[in-house]
Amino acid sequence: MGEFDFSVWQPSLPFIRDGLLFTLRLTLVAMSGGIVIGTLLALARLSPIVPLARVAGAYVDLMRSIPLVLVILWFFLVIPFITGSPVGAETSAIITFTAFEAAFYCEIMRSGIQSVPRGQVNAAFALGLGQAQTMIHVILPQAVRNMLPVLLTQTIVLFQDTSLVYAIGAKDMLKAADVVGKNYNRPVEMIVLSALIYFTICFSLSLAVKQLQKRVAIIR
Amino acid sequence: MNYHWNWGIFLEPVKSGDETYLDWLITGLGWTLAVSLTAWLIALCIGIAVGALRTTPSRLLVMLGNAWVELFRNIPLLVQMFLWFFVAPEFLPREWSLWVKQDMPAKEFITAALCLGFFTSSRVAEQVRAGVGSLPRGQHDAALALGLTLGQAYRHVILPQALRIVIPPLTSEFMNVFKNSSVAFAIGVLELTFQARQMQEDSEQGIETYLAVTLLYFICAFTANRVMALIEARTRVPGLIGKPA
Repeated sequence: MGEFDFSVWQPSLPFIRDGLLFTLRLTLVAMSGGIVIGTLLALARLSPIVPLARVAGAYVDLMRSIPLVLVILWFFLVIPFITGSPVGAETSAIITFTAFEAAFYCEIMRSGIQSVPRGQVNAAFALGLGQAQTMIHVILPQAVRNMLPVLLTQTIVLFQDTSLVYAIGAKDMLKAADVVGKNYNRPVEMIVLSALIYFTICFSLSLAVKQLQKRVAIIR
Repeated sequence: MNYHWNWGIFLEPVKSGDETYLDWLITGLGWTLAVSLTAWLIALCIGIAVGALRTTPSRLLVMLGNAWVELFRNIPLLVQMFLWFFVAPEFLPREWSLWVKQDMPAKEFITAALCLGFFTSSRVAEQVRAGVGSLPRGQHDAALALGLTLGQAYRHVILPQALRIVIPPLTSEFMNVFKNSSVAFAIGVLELTFQARQMQEDSEQGIETYLAVTLLYFICAFTANRVMALIEARTRVPGLIGKPA
């Protein structure tokens, strides 16, 4: 059994905190951006305009069938060609995760929208609401509520996936742990610390989602 | 947007060595398949066992099964790779630890396959538990009433049905294994993503490289999908609602 020296955790905390802040920022931006774009994609996929539905469907299927690491590398390579100037790993990560997660949130929102009973739509039309009004005031609120636990579970997955920005060297929590581990020559202890932090956050969030699941179920 | 396209790049030799870039990609595909298939085998064996444990009447076994699933579900795969690669050897006796660190053959491959296998097993266990839960209670009771022990009931009655029911979600897990195997680049497995990064740096033809690698991942996932669809059609439980074979 090797000798561990966990005293390295103390001086590492400021770096871990900065890394964790980036990880959280990345998660929150990708979540909110992903849900908004994902909902638009879901509407496009369900739209009666066939070309629009096809394009949205192709985008979602493409994103869902490529490994995330490869998507991260793709965006890091391609974004500078589009913007004309190199972007930092952090900016690239934020754009990548928003675009990537949108595909997954899209599928969740799509099944959420499809889970709303037909009668709701008919009732809304009978009350004189237009297409858009029906969507915004009747369908989407119920879809989001039905899918809230799934949306949050996907966000926990997203939070874990952000560690993959390692591939382009963005400074997230794992990277911070990695750097401190190298500087103090204590990589093993730092990996253990980051595993503990990820586990604590994800496990408590998933317990919270389970509680929420019991509370938000719509009684029919 | 002035990118210099060069589709002939795959046949050109790499900068240091007498291989071509195509050789790199073929090596990568080989390791991706090796890691994914080994991991899938491990995941099925452990996942079915753990999933079944979580449906038994024993509180202790259910708790152990739940702990297994929560442990592997709540740590990012990349961190798990590092845990197995850098941390796990520290827990071995001194001589073993040294051997693992210095002499173990194919260390990266074995670590990645085990790690991905354990990670995926927690997802398989989730599906298997759901499958067992979806069986009518009468199947379990009837098996016991016929005098089968609990073990025999699982072996001959419950699992054969449950496993066939959960083939569709297992299909997407099988496809996920190929995608997730890309994380193994981080511990130095020479799989597709590793080769893609290496080829991109070496050849500076990033777009061609990533397009080729993306296509290869597509082919893997699509083949996995078709193989599972074939198995699904062959093993469909007679008498249940489902698409006709």
